[in-house]
Amino acid sequence: MYIPVNEVQKHFKSETPMMSNITHKSDQWSPYHDNSGTVLAIGIPGAVLVAGDTRLSNGYNILTRDATKLSQLTDKCVLATAGQYADFIALRKFLQQRLQLYEFQNEVQASTQTVAHLLSRELYSRRFFPYYTFNLLAGLDENNHGVVYGYDAIGSYDQMTYGVQGSGQELVVAVLDNQLKGYNKINKTFPQTQQEILDLILDCFSCAAERDIHTGDNVEILIITPTGTERIVKPLRKD
Amino acid sequence: MLKHLYDTDCVTWSPQGKLFQVEYAMEAVKQGSICLGLKSNENVVLCSLKRQPSELAGYQEKQFKIDDHMAIAIAGLTADARVLCKYMRTECLEYKYTYESHHPVGRLVFKVAEKSQHKTQSGAKRPYGVGLLVAGIDPNGVHLFETCPSGNYYEYKCQAIGSRSQAARTYFESWFHLFEKSTLEQLILHGLSAIKKAIMEDEELNEKNVEVGILGKNLKFTHLNAQELRDYITKLEQFSPNSQIQQE
Repeated sequence: MYIPVNEVQKHFKSETPMMSNITHKSDQWSPYHDNSGTVLAIGIPGAVLVAGDTRLSNGYNILTRDATKLSQLTDKCVLATAGQYADFIALRKFLQQRLQLYEFQNEVQASTQTVAHLLSRELYSRRFFPYYTFNLLAGLDENNHGVVYGYDAIGSYDQMTYGVQGSGQELVVAVLDNQLKGYNKINKTFPQTQQEILDLILDCFSCAAERDIHTGDNVEILIITPTGTERIVKPLRKD
Repeated sequence: MLKHLYDTDCVTWSPQGKLFQVEYAMEAVKQGSICLGLKSNENVVLCSLKRQPSELAGYQEKQFKIDDHMAIAIAGLTADARVLCKYMRTECLEYKYTYESHHPVGRLVFKVAEKSQHKTQSGAKRPYGVGLLVAGIDPNGVHLFETCPSGNYYEYKCQAIGSRSQAARTYFESWFHLFEKSTLEQLILHGLSAIKKAIMEDEELNEKNVEVGILGKNLKFTHLNAQELRDYITKLEQFSPNSQIQQE
């Protein structure tokens, strides 16, 4: 950082600049850490597929290769979060507690739409010290169609058919735009079966792991259907 | 005994050392319809008889889940029971949030007892008019507790409270030595047999007026559904505790 000649007086105590005179702005402590990673969710009629890699990092270091970014909140919906892991845990705990209370009071589990709104309100309640979380809420709606809600850190949300969050977001979402919506696609053929979507998800994560240093190790996929939840774990690049 | 001289409020003792208001509250429990609980080494079963205020009304629920590992059956004033139920559920949620584990059963029963006792030591309050059977499982084992409006609580191997509960208790006294090693199915059948002793002559057990809740070390609290209740009530006719002795 350079100091303009006519402002030298402001920065140095004496006329001659010496190392001891130079005041540095000290590194401010930050309450936020980005543990990175990538999550994605795709909704199809009759099911929703949610996936997240299992690597937690801090800068250039790996904290663990084995942490889940997915949390099943009700029989029908799953929260997938990229960002700060501590805030993910805090947010998940709050939602689990609040949803159990909802179940006691209403004698039925909260619908996906209800959970989506609850999450938005909770995120906004921390508008001035936000949860450092970039969330996807994926679930089955009242007609058992897969829906995905995407959030920013302070709770703005919208319903989508597919969503990606995290460090590999830009890499992966472009692929999904092409494969699922047909943007910039010459041969407009779309994946039809659940297995094809699953293969697409695995491919997306493999691609992200190639280029994004924060994504890798394993990908964990949850498939939510009206009959239950299936969990698949596949390995990814470990470098 | 000139009861009416000493029974106006909780802060007046009778010359015999009784608090009549508390005793009257316990009467309210005895007026409620019967509910009972029994436990083995692995499971706890709660059975209750549901009352129907009139032909047009539904049956009053008597069992409430507190958490995955705990449930209560109530006898007495349902409104008071709801207050205690809400309190217990909130305590369990807070405990789970803070400690990421299930609330120890005895500790929660103690909290309820303490809350009940406060109501017996004030001029402005009245005791809760409900008795609870608390069934729960924690690392200390399988538990069945009874709480009273007086603020006392007791742990039991099996217990029945409510109207005509003495008949069920008599059944228990004869057969409770079998419960420890009973299977879940045998436990349910014992519970239903005990309830059968306590119903009126013209009444009969069916899936509408009986409520059975089960809890186990690896089994979260669930109610038996209508079909399962019908099956068990049918099995009841062939069931006799003697056959269990012969098996062992």
